[in-house]
Amino acid sequence: MSATTAATAHFTLKPSTDGGEGQLLEVSMGPQHPSTHGVFRMDVALDGERVVKLKPVFGYLHRNHEKIAETETYLGSMPYTDRLDYLCSITNNWAYALAVEKLAGIQVPERAEYLRVITGELTRLQNHTSVIGFLLQDMGASGTPLMYAFREREKVLDLFESLTGSRMMCNYMRFGGCRADMPAGWLQQAQKVVEAFPRFLDEFERLLSGNEILMARTQGVGVLSKELAVDAGITGPMLRGSGVNYDIRKVDKYGIYERFSFKVPLGEHGDVYDRYMVRLLEMRESVKILQQAIRDIPPGPIMDAKTKIRGFRPKAGEAYGRTESPKGELGFYLISDGSPNPYRYRVRPPSLINLTVLEDMCLGQNVADIVVILGSIDFILGEVDR
Amino acid sequence: MNLETIKSEIEANVPGCRLEIVPNNSPSGQHSLLIDHEHALFVASFLRDAAHLRFDYCSNVTGIDWPGKEITEKVKIKKILDGVEQEVEEIQKTQSAGHLEAVYHLYSMEKKHGPVILRMRTEDRAVRIHLPSLTPIWRSAEFQEREIFDLYGIVFDGHPDLRRILMWDGFEDHPMRRDYVEPDDYEYEPTPHDAVLQKAKQHLNETGGR
Amino acid sequence: MLGEGIVKGLAETARNFLGSYVSKDRLTTVQYPEERLPQIEAARNFPFLVYDGEDWQQGMRCVSCLICEKECPPKCISIEKSKDKKLDASGKPQFYPTVFNIDVSVCMSCQICVEVCPFDAIKMDVDFELSTKDRFGDLLWNKERLSKSNEYYRKIHPTEAAAVDAQLAEERAKLEAKSKLAAEAKAAAAAAPAQSASGVTAEK
Repeated sequence: MSATTAATAHFTLKPSTDGGEGQLLEVSMGPQHPSTHGVFRMDVALDGERVVKLKPVFGYLHRNHEKIAETETYLGSMPYTDRLDYLCSITNNWAYALAVEKLAGIQVPERAEYLRVITGELTRLQNHTSVIGFLLQDMGASGTPLMYAFREREKVLDLFESLTGSRMMCNYMRFGGCRADMPAGWLQQAQKVVEAFPRFLDEFERLLSGNEILMARTQGVGVLSKELAVDAGITGPMLRGSGVNYDIRKVDKYGIYERFSFKVPLGEHGDVYDRYMVRLLEMRESVKILQQAIRDIPPGPIMDAKTKIRGFRPKAGEAYGRTESPKGELGFYLISDGSPNPYRYRVRPPSLINLTVLEDMCLGQNVADIVVILGSIDFILGEVDR
Repeated sequence: MNLETIKSEIEANVPGCRLEIVPNNSPSGQHSLLIDHEHALFVASFLRDAAHLRFDYCSNVTGIDWPGKEITEKVKIKKILDGVEQEVEEIQKTQSAGHLEAVYHLYSMEKKHGPVILRMRTEDRAVRIHLPSLTPIWRSAEFQEREIFDLYGIVFDGHPDLRRILMWDGFEDHPMRRDYVEPDDYEYEPTPHDAVLQKAKQHLNETGGR
Repeated sequence: MLGEGIVKGLAETARNFLGSYVSKDRLTTVQYPEERLPQIEAARNFPFLVYDGEDWQQGMRCVSCLICEKECPPKCISIEKSKDKKLDASGKPQFYPTVFNIDVSVCMSCQICVEVCPFDAIKMDVDFELSTKDRFGDLLWNKERLSKSNEYYRKIHPTEAAAVDAQLAEERAKLEAKSKLAAEAKAAAAAAPAQSASGVTAEK
């Protein structure tokens, strides 16, 4: 890797592989290209405009989160999980809390489960809106869709701030419940945001879905077949965009998801447009879940009374807990040796594993499509590099 | 699905394989299956292809480091004392080699069941650190096995592109190993304490104050 | 018709543009720093140390138990415990921190120190306009800079502070009753009207 190889890799010419007159152009895209959503680099070989090779290069944001967690207490790792996928801190907290609860056999009170669903689905709403905004931004639609998306996201972030104290680094969940109960009037405010959300989605669809330029740029671009998606362990909206019906909220029914009625939207072609549509439809389903959860939330405690905050030591053993985060399957694999620190702490990052098929999707496409395909994967470098 | 039945099914279909159930005492109850190197690929492809199992989705692949422990045991040794052979008890200290471990969490997207957890162990932590790669069976292991190679140093035979992934190419050690010593890259910090304070003191002694 | 989708989209942007003149919902930008959003009660930024009464040194609640230092995930707190004991706000002799530093360039505002503190001595501040020119000195906050009065705490987190005050008052009342009882028992035993030191619990 290193800076020197990156610099020399910029625009080097190599003989074409087909033995013709043309030469291959090797381009180093990134690490600070605005469309790479962070510091991420791709070594791309181009034959004219066509991509013939693409190798992703990771690690620019690597801080060895897993090693840090081995020196922290179980609670001490919770704020670090916020910084994995920094758009969806609450679902990260949830996945970690779920894994620890499996490891130690902790029951979560009813009200806390509802709070988790409400905040988790709000996270999904704000993640998917901003991802669609970013996708359009990558496509060259500077400003408008992203600003509209951020305007809506802001309303959700305001809810998060008044509930958890922070807009992005929420650090909200604890083993056996949630940290804070709703302040007065929060539920009404949340209901208002949720009720208004479908109107915004209609507006977004009128603005984008029928747009001829968007269709030309996305339909048939970055096709991912069903078989490859399953084989490569793709999860989340990207998998469902390829038509595989696999949503961990339905499969594992973790938390209380079996109480809500919602559908799992599926794509047909597995191209960028389908992934975009799956996200839009998923938001409508999230709104349904939210309406049910806000209607049904019971009063009661929000923390399991038996679980200690300080001096938490689960018995020796291991557990793998996974959730459907907005990006895909976010799992935590924990091994305890009975001490206050985990012996092994592993994050299964959906962003990294969804990038496995990046080259397969980009081969044969134009160089400008790489940016669109990347945008449709929806990855966050904080989680890719950990 | 019961791990015992899966084990006996694998044994029936992959002749000669050596399997062992690794129990897990935590409330999660996720027991795992230790498989041997020679038959790993056969076991994996059986799990993926058998019509009623169809573990087509390898979710999580990760490494674990189990360093060697010092084992103290009393051993009876026959010794010749005063011309007579006698049994003498001696305390012997041996260093076990330890091992590295790769863990695979399998689910089925078709049948929507799981997980089945596979484990493979290397013989030691220094030389015999090779394991067969399961990337030919599940492509999702590609980046994750690369990550294990990078951070733990397990060499996966048969991996299509085994390079470092998170650390840079010139990096030498494997940072996730338990005995990894971080390089001495002291930086001034206004609030040193604990390990940082030790480091700061050491550096200030060497340089005679800042 | 080709271009229909684009025209529809443009109509949507026009609606938003014109709507921004009439609807507050569509014009969400706030002209900071002239305009400000209302302060959110749960907001958190960096920790501060609460003291009771007027004098920050006298009324400091922190008894230097070192729990927050140990639990802090990025290890940004450093405390040195005192050798002697000082009377705290309720008149009980307690240890106090001779040094209490927080490196706010390391702090990640996770609030774990607040959660683990058994004495309600450390709380989260809401002040976010903290830019400075000195990289080291101004980002390492000492005991004096960190100390803020309970009145300030009541101002920024009224609901939370009310609960904490009630709880502390209850604890102190219990303690007082207990020491009174002990004093009475002692007095009865000595059969003299002498009052023990622990009986003179300072009124708050």
